[in-house]
Amino acid sequence: MSTVTGSKSHRRAAGLLKPRKYNPNVVQKNWVRTIIIGIFVVYALFPLVWLLINATKTQQDFIGTFGFSFGHKFAFWDNIVQLFTYNNGLFGRWLLNTVMYVVIGGGGAVCLAILGGYGLAKYDFPGRKAVFMTVMGAIAVPSAALAVPTFLMFAKLGLTNTPISVIIPSLVAPFGLYLMYIFTLESVPTEILEAARMDGASEFRTFFTVALPLLAPGIVTVSLFTATTTWNNYFLPLIMLKDQNWYPLIIGLNQWNNQAFIPGAEPVQNLVVIGSLITILPLVATFLLLQRFWQAGLSAGGVKE
Amino acid sequence: MGFNTSRRGFLGVATAGLAAAALAGCSSNNTSSGSSASAAAFDANKSYTLNVWAWEPTIQKDSEVTKAFTKQYPNITLNITNTGGASDEYTSLSNALQAGTGLPDVAQIEYYALPQYSIGSNLADLTPFGAGDLQSKYTTGTWNSIHQTTNKGAKGIFALPVDSGPMALFYNKATFDRAGVTTPPKTWDEFYDAAVKIHALGGNYYITSDSGNDAGFLTSIMWQLSPGAFKVDGQKVTVDFTGADFQKFVTIWQKLISEKLISTSITGWSDEWFKGLGDGTLASLPTGAWMPANLLKSSPAASGNFRVAAMPSIDGSAKNAENGGSSLAVLAKTAADTQAAAYKYLEFVSNGPGATLRVQAGNFPSLEATLEDPNFQASTGDFAAPDLLKYFGNQEYNKQLAAGAKNVNSGWSYLPFQVAVNSKFADTVGKAYNNSGTTLKDALSAWGDAIVSYGNDQGYQVTKKS
Repeated sequence: MSTVTGSKSHRRAAGLLKPRKYNPNVVQKNWVRTIIIGIFVVYALFPLVWLLINATKTQQDFIGTFGFSFGHKFAFWDNIVQLFTYNNGLFGRWLLNTVMYVVIGGGGAVCLAILGGYGLAKYDFPGRKAVFMTVMGAIAVPSAALAVPTFLMFAKLGLTNTPISVIIPSLVAPFGLYLMYIFTLESVPTEILEAARMDGASEFRTFFTVALPLLAPGIVTVSLFTATTTWNNYFLPLIMLKDQNWYPLIIGLNQWNNQAFIPGAEPVQNLVVIGSLITILPLVATFLLLQRFWQAGLSAGGVKE
Repeated sequence: MGFNTSRRGFLGVATAGLAAAALAGCSSNNTSSGSSASAAAFDANKSYTLNVWAWEPTIQKDSEVTKAFTKQYPNITLNITNTGGASDEYTSLSNALQAGTGLPDVAQIEYYALPQYSIGSNLADLTPFGAGDLQSKYTTGTWNSIHQTTNKGAKGIFALPVDSGPMALFYNKATFDRAGVTTPPKTWDEFYDAAVKIHALGGNYYITSDSGNDAGFLTSIMWQLSPGAFKVDGQKVTVDFTGADFQKFVTIWQKLISEKLISTSITGWSDEWFKGLGDGTLASLPTGAWMPANLLKSSPAASGNFRVAAMPSIDGSAKNAENGGSSLAVLAKTAADTQAAAYKYLEFVSNGPGATLRVQAGNFPSLEATLEDPNFQASTGDFAAPDLLKYFGNQEYNKQLAAGAKNVNSGWSYLPFQVAVNSKFADTVGKAYNNSGTTLKDALSAWGDAIVSYGNDQGYQVTKKS
């Protein structure tokens, strides 16, 4: 070692070797790192590969053949047709329900997060700190822990077993609000707002025409977060809803999956698998298309500039 | 039914908390009409609507039973909600009980969970409707299970049986033959000997699997061998796992676990489990009589190979227990005249025309008359089931299962907080199954301690015999 470095510094001193500068954007090739990342990639893709393979199987092949080999029959299209016709097309209804919960619940949460985040970031009012601390505290409380108390409250209001009981709690997204707060601080300079006010724009106009366009990347990020959360929301609809017709996909698929464990019920695991694949497709698509916004959200507030 | 173990574990923690809340909520809440002496009469000219919660496929919205009932009682509208499974239903039921609203009129409840709901006077006593006269109709095991006492000391009948699950040993004859096990084991000692021979066929061959997450199995073995394990007298509860025969079983089961002769990695009701039962590597299964339809549907590859034998015991004598099975109960909060209509529905499903329809759809009967019916025993006539007969190699499997129903021990009771403490089973008893060095005996004792502390927290006086 010493001889090697010795000769290097010797050559460097002689001006034959340029001093190496540290450049954070160029990652050096490293086999160990590549292998470790490779293992993680395989690990992460394993369930997805399983899902793809098993989506092509009939129920018989699903229970009768090895999980990572194809079945005797290629039933992918048959499964899709059966999925949308089984139980009078209940799956289609669940899909629409889920879209509704995401659009109204998740969309509403984004609107409230923008307003709240902007308000906290740009206005000084008494109790501002208290509101902010409450929001921060709410991030720490897992939503599943609130599901039962929310249920009891909604039962008193007579709202359980209705879509409203899923939508209203979905409107609250403390983490989204916090993100919007950070985004507003970072991307909406107070000087611009003051300039708009000087020119006679009302507060509403300032917000809609000046602040909102600047917040667009943040809004996409927060929309992604809330859409994913609402799409995957399990425990809340599970305890709120009893009527199959209002189920989101994830609850409905779970109920179909249970049929394999109930004597006399028809096992439809092939439909559960193909249904799961279709359930994750919209999420995978939005992730791939909007990846950079997602990363922006993860690092927001991480660096003070 | 008491078999959905993996999922029960999944929501176990949540369910336990809710159940605790429900119990607490109910004891402070004097709403019950649970022991009213007289019952409202059913008026055939009035219209009724019954909200029913159930997961059983034979009593769902479009089932034959529902169609036949609606035909016979056009004035009773059934509004049936498919709750998707037992554990999900208990979560909802406990929540609704605590909220006091959104309750069904009729709920399907497993036998093991019945005390949890009847003790807090959440269920209506069916004695005033005439349920007390039905003893001769039902099997010992199910009749025993529907009798409960509330925490106010009121004794009653709080449900009518839907199906039953007298245990039996389901075994793969092809695997047994290859291993040289010519007769199914009559004792648990012989079961051990058979396990050795079967494991000799290959490293992936096991006589059965038990991953230590199913309280239903071990409590059924207690019922079979030492039925005094749980004694409930009002608020006084005794836990006693020291019964001599049960302890002998624990010793044998410990050997099977330690010597890796049973699979502790394959979880019941997993895909792997059904695959193993299908390809013969899981050679037998001691479980409830409701199993045949599941085997046929989910392990079709083993068709022709399976047979049914009596449960092994300690001394070879015929001793049995129930495993799983469920009942229909009427909620105490249901209005008195609706309760009368609900009872008509219970009768129809439990011992009326609905009972036959359900058995034809694959349920195991709880009625003596059906069990003794030659057509049922031979799977012929009204009860023809050619696929199942073929599955069991033309053995009259129902005859064997019906015989098992006669040997069910009486004098067993589940704990009034069984659902909650079963969710602690995997964390305590499960340790004996994962090579951690904990013995099954110590692990059971730890579960007993958990039962004591949970019960005492709920206001019971629980003592453990050790």
